Amino acid sequence: MSETRKVLIVDDEPNIVTALEFLFRRSGYEVQMAANGAEALERVDAWRPDVVLLDVMMPVRSGYEVCQKLRERPDLAPVKIVMLSAKGSEAEVNKGLSLGADLYITKPFSTQELVSTINRLFEAGATHKP
Amino acid sequence: MRFPKGVALWVAAACAGVLAVLGVGAALQYWAAAPENRPHLIEVVGEGVPVVVFGATLLMAFAGMTASWLFRRYPHAARQLAEQSRSLLAAKKGFRVATAGAPPLAELASVINQLADAYHRVEHDLEQRSAETRVRVEEERDRFAALMSELSQGVLVCNADGRILLYNPRATALLAPSAQEGQGGGYTPIGLGRSVLALLDRNQVAHALDMIQHQLAEVDRPQARFVATVPNGALLRVQVAAFLGAGRKLAGLVFTLDDVSSLVGRESQRLRLLQSLATGVRAPVANLRAATENLASFPDMAADRRTQFVDIAVAEARLLTERLNTALLAYAEALKGSLTLEDMRAVDLLAVAQRRIADALQLPVTIEDVDPDVWLRVDSFAIAHAMTFLAARLAHDYEIRAFRLRAGPGSGFAEVDLVWTGAIVGSDALSLWEGEPMRIGVEETPLTLRDVLERHGSEAWLQVDKIRQISRFRLLLPRGTAAVAVPYRSAAVDSRPEFYDFDLFEHIDRVGALADRPLAALSYTVFDTETTGLEPSAGDEIISIGAVRIVNGRMLRQEVFEQLINPQRPISRESTAVHGIDGRQLANEPTIDRVLPRFHRFCEDTVLVAHNAAFDMRFLELKEAATGVRFGQPVLDTLLLSAVVHPSMDNHHLDMIAERVGVRVIGRHTALGDALLTGEVFLRLVPLLAERGIVTLAQALDASRATYHSRLQY
Repeated sequence: MSETRKVLIVDDEPNIVTALEFLFRRSGYEVQMAANGAEALERVDAWRPDVVLLDVMMPVRSGYEVCQKLRERPDLAPVKIVMLSAKGSEAEVNKGLSLGADLYITKPFSTQELVSTINRLFEAGATHKP
Repeated sequence: MRFPKGVALWVAAACAGVLAVLGVGAALQYWAAAPENRPHLIEVVGEGVPVVVFGATLLMAFAGMTASWLFRRYPHAARQLAEQSRSLLAAKKGFRVATAGAPPLAELASVINQLADAYHRVEHDLEQRSAETRVRVEEERDRFAALMSELSQGVLVCNADGRILLYNPRATALLAPSAQEGQGGGYTPIGLGRSVLALLDRNQVAHALDMIQHQLAEVDRPQARFVATVPNGALLRVQVAAFLGAGRKLAGLVFTLDDVSSLVGRESQRLRLLQSLATGVRAPVANLRAATENLASFPDMAADRRTQFVDIAVAEARLLTERLNTALLAYAEALKGSLTLEDMRAVDLLAVAQRRIADALQLPVTIEDVDPDVWLRVDSFAIAHAMTFLAARLAHDYEIRAFRLRAGPGSGFAEVDLVWTGAIVGSDALSLWEGEPMRIGVEETPLTLRDVLERHGSEAWLQVDKIRQISRFRLLLPRGTAAVAVPYRSAAVDSRPEFYDFDLFEHIDRVGALADRPLAALSYTVFDTETTGLEPSAGDEIISIGAVRIVNGRMLRQEVFEQLINPQRPISRESTAVHGIDGRQLANEPTIDRVLPRFHRFCEDTVLVAHNAAFDMRFLELKEAATGVRFGQPVLDTLLLSAVVHPSMDNHHLDMIAERVGVRVIGRHTALGDALLTGEVFLRLVPLLAERGIVTLAQALDASRATYHSRLQY
């Protein structure tokens, strides 16, 4: 690992944010947080994270919208987007992936597994699907 | 011999005429002679008197005969003409009255012939027109039958007494007996002329009738609804509508039947789901809470204790996750079965949406691409409304002037797209629209797009191809299952299903006064049995019953009874040779005590017909005590009826009679095959009996009895 990876955690629920922040720091990531969609877009622009953990249900802008906005910008193509959602129907997963997310993970999930899944995302060297 | 008064008068007049001529002749002679010669003349004439009298008498006789002949000849010819004219009406078309004879009569005859020509022309026209009408009515009947076959609902139409006049194949399927009861062949409880009370719960039907009677005075189209369980275990939603005859009297009832078993099943499935979620989650939450509260309350607890509680918390959290996931999966399934959603083809949904968008916005809408095999489970009205709403917003806010529609199978969910070229719409616009009440022009529903999507468990979003300037609004909709295809029943005339019979309206009323009813109007069960041998009293048993119903002169091949029976005894080799059934085949069939009650129900309210009926009836009678089933209805025997019709023939075997009355013999020596043949023979015998003046059931029974006795005497 040449450089510390940067993860932006976007969620309006402080409890899960606290847990995820702790875990990713312990796993060697640099971590920043955003509490809603609008803030997330600003932070991505300013900070250029490697991966964005994006909650779907958020005030101001939903995770889907943020995802779509991010994918509209070719310069942000290398940024991995992982959507986290309390809604997990087939249609929602389908929508998230169609809008350009690399992964769609439904809550509740195992935090350990989340970290290892994201690690694998980088190892595989996969870029997001056009 | 009596003379007509006219002729006698004419003869008398002729005689008087002759006398007058003679008298006048004599008088003229007298006056013409010179006065001096007159005494001579008297003398001379006086001498000739005998001769004159003789001549006069002769003349008178001759004149009388001539007059008589003349005046008799004319009336006779006229009478002949009248007779011929009379037969004009009855005789073939070519027949005409003779135009020979006296000129006035000949003229009259030719006028009569002209009238006859005109009459036959009118008659021919009428025949032609009625033939055309008949064809049209047949066509309509066939179309109607085809329509009935296509319906996905079961339909029963009854007269006011509850007798079935019409039913469709779906109704047969819905009311079919359970697989267990119907084993070993077709027993169709539904049938023309049968009572609907035998099919549906008596009390429920009676209650529905009460409600309808109650509404008759107030409501235009009285209706009632109930949910009934039928013997095969299905749950049917039954709608009863009345149709009224003259004076708003109840003329009949239409029952529509829907199978709601699965719907009700899904409803209870959802309740169970909620219950299992609540109870399944309760325990892990309690454990998690106890463990974490301990951890929080006692920071000073020993390290091994602490590890123990942390492990508990982790394990319970995992269990909770599993329970939740299972429940959510089940919920997604249950959602698909929502009551308000219907299965329809994507093609049809797009067609509906196309029409609605085009009508509402007056903009061109084309269907771009659609997979004909994709079925959706949707509320088509809501989805079409949602798509129209979106198109309206796009047209209004972004001046989009043409839309295209597309549908594809997608993965798991089907994709339905509203596509346009040009204006790029931001995704925030869609988020805004999702929460608005859907308004199209002045038409507004309180529903939002989000409500509609949630009800379908579906999602929607905008996809933009910036380079090609193509945008699509994509809807993911739940996939449905292809509606059960009702097998197509050809509407060809000779294979027309005998599922309806409106003539029953006229003919069927009560069973009581059967005796004086014409044979052609009665309902029959024609049946045949196969047995282990020929001696019922020596312990031979029935091994097969086949029967078919005849209603209003039609044999209803769909309404049959066919059942093999376990005789619980060996079958003689001779009888196996006849019917080809051996004991091993019957081991798993029901026994007679289970079959006869069903057969009895099948025969209800009908006259029994069998060939050599005494044989079959003997078997049935011997079972009366054991089964408690008595076949008390009148019985007609085709063997005896044939003997009535053909008294000079000795051979009244079924095959021989069939040949004699022109029925082709096929499929013999199965009970049903023989019953069908007997039925056809019986139908041919009925008109032959009528020719001999045997029209009513009582007459047929009397004639049968008489023949039976006379045959015994020989």
